[in-house]
Amino acid sequence: MQLVLEKRAERSNTIALISPLIAIGLTIATMVILFAILGKNPLLALHAYFIAPLTDGYSLQEIAVKATPLVMIAIGLSLCYLANAWNVGAEGQFLIGAVAGSWIAVKTQGTDAGAWVLPAMLVLAAAAGALYALIPAICKVKFDASEILTSLMLVYVADLFLDYLVRGPWRDPHGFNFPTTAEFDPVATVPLLIEGGRLHLGSIIALLVVAAAAVLLRRTIKGFEIRVVGAAPRAARFGGFNANQLVILTFAVSGALAGLAGIIEVAGPVGHLQPGISPGYGFTAIIVAFLGRLNPLGILIAGLFLALTFIGGEQAQIAMKIPLDVTKVFQGILLFYVLACDSLILYRFKLVLPNRQVARGAG
Amino acid sequence: MELVEAIILSVLAASTPLLIAATGELVAERSGVLNLGVEGMMIVGAACGFADAWLTGSILVGALFGIVAGTLMSLVFAVMALGLAVNQVATGLALTILGIGLSGLIGAGFVGERITPAAHLIIPGLTDVPLIGRVLFGQDAFVYFSIALIIGVWWFLYRTRAGLILRACGDNHVSAHALGYPVLRIRTLAVMFGGACAGLAGAYLPLAYTPFFIPGMTAGRGWIALALVVFSSWRPGRLVVGAYLFGAATILQLHAQGWGVGIPSQFMSALPYLATVIVLVLLSRARTGGSTAPAALGTVFVPDR
Repeated sequence: MQLVLEKRAERSNTIALISPLIAIGLTIATMVILFAILGKNPLLALHAYFIAPLTDGYSLQEIAVKATPLVMIAIGLSLCYLANAWNVGAEGQFLIGAVAGSWIAVKTQGTDAGAWVLPAMLVLAAAAGALYALIPAICKVKFDASEILTSLMLVYVADLFLDYLVRGPWRDPHGFNFPTTAEFDPVATVPLLIEGGRLHLGSIIALLVVAAAAVLLRRTIKGFEIRVVGAAPRAARFGGFNANQLVILTFAVSGALAGLAGIIEVAGPVGHLQPGISPGYGFTAIIVAFLGRLNPLGILIAGLFLALTFIGGEQAQIAMKIPLDVTKVFQGILLFYVLACDSLILYRFKLVLPNRQVARGAG
Repeated sequence: MELVEAIILSVLAASTPLLIAATGELVAERSGVLNLGVEGMMIVGAACGFADAWLTGSILVGALFGIVAGTLMSLVFAVMALGLAVNQVATGLALTILGIGLSGLIGAGFVGERITPAAHLIIPGLTDVPLIGRVLFGQDAFVYFSIALIIGVWWFLYRTRAGLILRACGDNHVSAHALGYPVLRIRTLAVMFGGACAGLAGAYLPLAYTPFFIPGMTAGRGWIALALVVFSSWRPGRLVVGAYLFGAATILQLHAQGWGVGIPSQFMSALPYLATVIVLVLLSRARTGGSTAPAALGTVFVPDR
């Protein structure tokens, strides 16, 4: 028996809509098996992952807090992927943004600097993220070097640079030798939206980013160019669209968004710069982008869903001693199923029986 | 004298996992498949290899399980990228994300445990020859195997009919298919070979390089192996040179710290990654008259019937 793909005459829009749901269903089915292998009650585990975090206000806020960087990064990545530019180094751009923004926070610490501090941090972080993303983009456009590999290598470089700063020049002298900067001053902190809660201004910025991306893609010529260059490169060349220019542009925008997400995370929920500020946001955002079908609204929903898996994973660890790495396995499997279901949009699956196969081979 | 010997020995050890993983990926890419999941396959190979070696007390069993784990991971990739014609870049990234999670899960119970690392060859008389003795006759089995592997792959690709067909699939899958070669089956086998090599390369780290397992111990070596394939222009001979150069860059960084060079350790640790970026740029630029990559690399192939 053999699986054969048959190209559909046109892409199936029904399946395009329901395929993420099929993917989530298949992922949950796989997780049930995994929980059973780990010797945990699958029903209780699923409850801890997907239901429990939705039942109290504190967890709901946590989901929004976690979704904020995921959505911002994924929106940028989706622009790259639509234009067929493979930025996979958002994690590094996130870290560099965090470092650049923190520089202002560290330098103004303890001075009576005014309200300009936070806006300056946001701007500098976005600029640094964009510049960092431009390195692989320019290497690709000028020298044809694989942007996948170069952007990934720069993740490790950014990680080590951050590590150097918080262990060396920026280390908090009163930090009991922990590798961290001192807590940021209030003027260098992202304001909270709810008194006593954790929801912060960054979530509003993320929503604005989603809206801006939706307008860019649907209502502007640049958005049209991005979509055409990715979907039909030949047509785009005939149309006179400059693919290289779009690689530069989409990398810069996605780097800026990742950098912005980085400083918002550090100046918001974390409160100081330290190693491990990202539980792999830059990589999880790749999943968010695909699960959201590279569509701004889809990405918002997908970001909230992936955030739920982070919070659910923490709850499952506390309540049922399920290892945190299960969350990463879950996210990896989800991406597989999302991609596999995407195949259904373009192809019909057919099973061919072996005897027919032989007959065909003979004939 | 002893310092030179020590440096050569550590370069060999640091280069071996790069060479093994890159050799596997070279074969996969020559068949036309870009599997970006090397890092994921390596790290699962490391976790499975260490877990099994610790449980059975045998390095050989550990290495075999590393190979099996890498191969199984590559099969997942093959089903997706070849069977379902999913974008190879996205699938490879998914494989790495999944692999990092799986290795954490598998290895969680083994962090902090130690094993006796793979034994080194000792031939009385020969191994004791100064300078070259230990370099040539005092390595662990993985090092000798990696050399045999790359020679075997060179011979297979350029001196056998099967190798010619495999290269044909990578250069023009439509023609290869028209001539009646089972493109997808050949590619699946090539991807599985790549997975087996990545799994073994991963297992090398806790079984021979360091006698313990820590999460994330591959530290980007899978990505460097991918860059090495580009560096080598998809040629086995250059791959050997590249792997040892990168191994040397890694060791230079370690020794520079020992010599008290006044540069922060993090900057030295960033060297291999920066070197990869620079090498990719220089090489891509040096290539004239188009790329030397297999022409069908990374493209989806759905045979029509």
